[in-house]
Amino acid sequence: MTDTASTRAPAPQGNPDPVVEMTDISISFPGVKALDSVDFRMFPGEVHSLMGENGAGKSTLIKALTGVYSIDSGVVRLGGLQVTFSGPAQAQAAGISTVYQEVNLLGNLTVAENVMLGREPRRRGGIDWKAMRQRAAEILEGLHLDIDPASLLNSHSLAIQQLVAIARAIDIQAKILILDEPTSSLDVEEVAELFRVIRSLKESGVAILFVSHFLDQVYEISDRLTVLRNGQLVGEYMTDELLRIDLVQAMIGKELSALDDLGSRVHSAEGETATGSVPETFVAAKAITRKGAISPVDITIGAGEVVGLAGLLGSGRTEVARLIGGVDRPDGGQLKVDGRPLRLRTPRQAIKHRIAYSSENRRAEGIVDELTVRDNIVLALQADRGWFRPIPRKRQDELAASYIEALNIKTPSADALVRNLSGGNQQKVLLARWLAIAPRLLILDEPTRGIDVGAKAEIQKLVYSLAENGMSVLFISAELEEVLRLSNRIVVLRDRKKVADLVNDGIGVDQLLALIAEGAAEPELEAGVAS
Amino acid sequence: MSAVATGPVATGRNLGARIVDVFTSPKSGPVLVTGVLFLLMFAVGGVRYRGFLSGQVFLNLFIDNAYLIVLAIGMTFVILTGGIDLSVGAVVALSTIIAARLLQAGWSPGVVILLILAITSALGLLVGLMIHVFEVQPFIATLAAMFLARGLCYIIAKESITIDNPFFVSMANVRIPLGYRLSITPSVIIALLALAVAVWVLQYTRFGRTTYAIGGSEQSGMLMGLPTSRTKVLVYVISGFCSGLAGVLYAFYTLSGYALTAVGTELDAIAAVVIGGTLLTGGYGFVLGSALGVLVLGLIQTILSFEGSLSSWWTKIFIGALLLVFIILQKVLTSRRT
Repeated sequence: MTDTASTRAPAPQGNPDPVVEMTDISISFPGVKALDSVDFRMFPGEVHSLMGENGAGKSTLIKALTGVYSIDSGVVRLGGLQVTFSGPAQAQAAGISTVYQEVNLLGNLTVAENVMLGREPRRRGGIDWKAMRQRAAEILEGLHLDIDPASLLNSHSLAIQQLVAIARAIDIQAKILILDEPTSSLDVEEVAELFRVIRSLKESGVAILFVSHFLDQVYEISDRLTVLRNGQLVGEYMTDELLRIDLVQAMIGKELSALDDLGSRVHSAEGETATGSVPETFVAAKAITRKGAISPVDITIGAGEVVGLAGLLGSGRTEVARLIGGVDRPDGGQLKVDGRPLRLRTPRQAIKHRIAYSSENRRAEGIVDELTVRDNIVLALQADRGWFRPIPRKRQDELAASYIEALNIKTPSADALVRNLSGGNQQKVLLARWLAIAPRLLILDEPTRGIDVGAKAEIQKLVYSLAENGMSVLFISAELEEVLRLSNRIVVLRDRKKVADLVNDGIGVDQLLALIAEGAAEPELEAGVAS
Repeated sequence: MSAVATGPVATGRNLGARIVDVFTSPKSGPVLVTGVLFLLMFAVGGVRYRGFLSGQVFLNLFIDNAYLIVLAIGMTFVILTGGIDLSVGAVVALSTIIAARLLQAGWSPGVVILLILAITSALGLLVGLMIHVFEVQPFIATLAAMFLARGLCYIIAKESITIDNPFFVSMANVRIPLGYRLSITPSVIIALLALAVAVWVLQYTRFGRTTYAIGGSEQSGMLMGLPTSRTKVLVYVISGFCSGLAGVLYAFYTLSGYALTAVGTELDAIAAVVIGGTLLTGGYGFVLGSALGVLVLGLIQTILSFEGSLSSWWTKIFIGALLLVFIILQKVLTSRRT
């Protein structure tokens, strides 16, 4: 496999013209280049999977194709003709139908309306309900969907709603059907049913764009793959010619990092752990699970231990973190802290037990944009003390000043608004907030995403020194090098299941990649796999 | 939304299960409960008071509340989209005072009525644009319109003006006999016509279905290619028009124009819509339910007047209690479903 952006798989047999051809597409948002001269094409009668990690540009590309975003530069051709869409309605009229991850239908209306609305049959100036139900019933029958068209949409399961969305898309007589994460809320049988529908659509010549985090499903259904990474095209491949491990590598990439000096230091620490005492267990989760989020997993985190969670986006890594951090309530399983069983219902309770969860969603669930650096830093501590015992202003200033210095937060002053800081410094402010409550377990979900290399290195060093001082850390990152560099132990998740739990004694990126892609494949790792 | 599969409900179609299903559906449940409540109240009234169980008592509900039915129609459109219109009471007052003032000046009643409907529709359009273009909260935008309308009333006239125009007087006094010594006023016919048009629009036009769609999920409706922006503005125009029409009916009913009239009527209209089974968050409800809601409110008043000794403030207390019950009912029904 080559790692250049020019990789391109051959056209299908008979050389039909692509039904969609996007050339040299670039889209920028303030501060981010979301797509950087990406090429993408789709052939009739083919299922084409768009692959990439978070922030790779998948959804931006889809939104560019469906007219939700306007394109800065580049050309979109539909059946050979250049087009520019100014909205989803135009794209739909041109034969591009999209079924979004969150079913974008109207639960308060009937199934028939959801299939037909916008093209409803009319009689005497009004909607002909009888004809509408009949037509909807015919379409649903074509999908082997036996539901009453007159029933309310939200009286049906999500899977059925998803199929109704597809029924709508079919009735528009789409040439191109975009399925964005259609399987994320479906169970095995429902997925099989969906795939049956996809195959029959494919036979009728529809070009299907399929996005899913589940590699098994991607390999089962798709003919062609396009991989994006950081807004750039990695390549286009035929599915049966690309090994899973190569796909995962293409998606994750290898960062030529300037962080190697740190690596050796951590590994020496691991040497101690391996030879010396096993750390005392601080948090032990047994078979914790949440429906639709994560299958039962066991995870233990020792005092002063850094446990890395590795897996692709959607593998369940964030879901596990949220269960342990008290953000989501588990449906089953048991959490023990210091050997005592505990039920965490809210992050507030978790904080009382000195467990802090720092979200991957820095902007929405982390920093408070409109507050100052100081306010952001003291927020959790103040909340923990209770609002009737305000932290004296002098103490706040001391805290802020000490963390700004200790974490090397680059800000004009403690009074600067957090929104004006760079991503890396915002992340450090967030870290300072949690460090201020002196947690015993710090859960860091993608703390280094979208920040520059320098800040990344500083955060990694910080995690390392925190662990040395006895703090436990659950560390999640999409970058495997980072996980390998920092963790004493690595738990590998795949398709919402734990597939491996290994001590980090010189595991290579390749081994980890293999686990992420195929589960426990190599015999020597089998021993580490928890049942 | 949880991923729990509820599955198709209508597989085992035995009658009991279907009745339970209809009563617990967020779509039809609350309105059926209101219907049952209405019948119960009527029956209780009939047992307790002599002369209660008569056709004319029932028809008087329409006669006394014709304007409120029209107000509730407009309010239903707005609430179905998830919005609210606080301006309708003030717009009713404005309409009565414009009518009184212009009739006093010798304008022809036909022109006056058309002018009122045009002015109030334009005010609704203004509110709708404010909400859609500038993304102002409906609560705030209609609050502003409420103050504006109420203020305009005082600019036109501070004192109450009596209407002595022959057409208006005849509309107030004419009774249309229905036989068996029963009769209604022309206002009732106007209100029922408006109701019929509203039922048709909501059920049989794309505009009507888009109104529901906005209440369900504006984003989804937009992605499905429905004309959500236009519809969102238009519902406030409809509410404005209905307020104007209600104002005219109110002028027929009271034969006066007064700046301080119909204070708090917007809340009566909202209460009627909610009791009639429309979800305050939008997306579910029927305009017929709202009319039923108005009748329930009217019935409470009638019962209290038959009781005689109770203060009329008890009406408010009963309405308050009913509202509370219905909002909780809605909450229970919707949370069960989603």
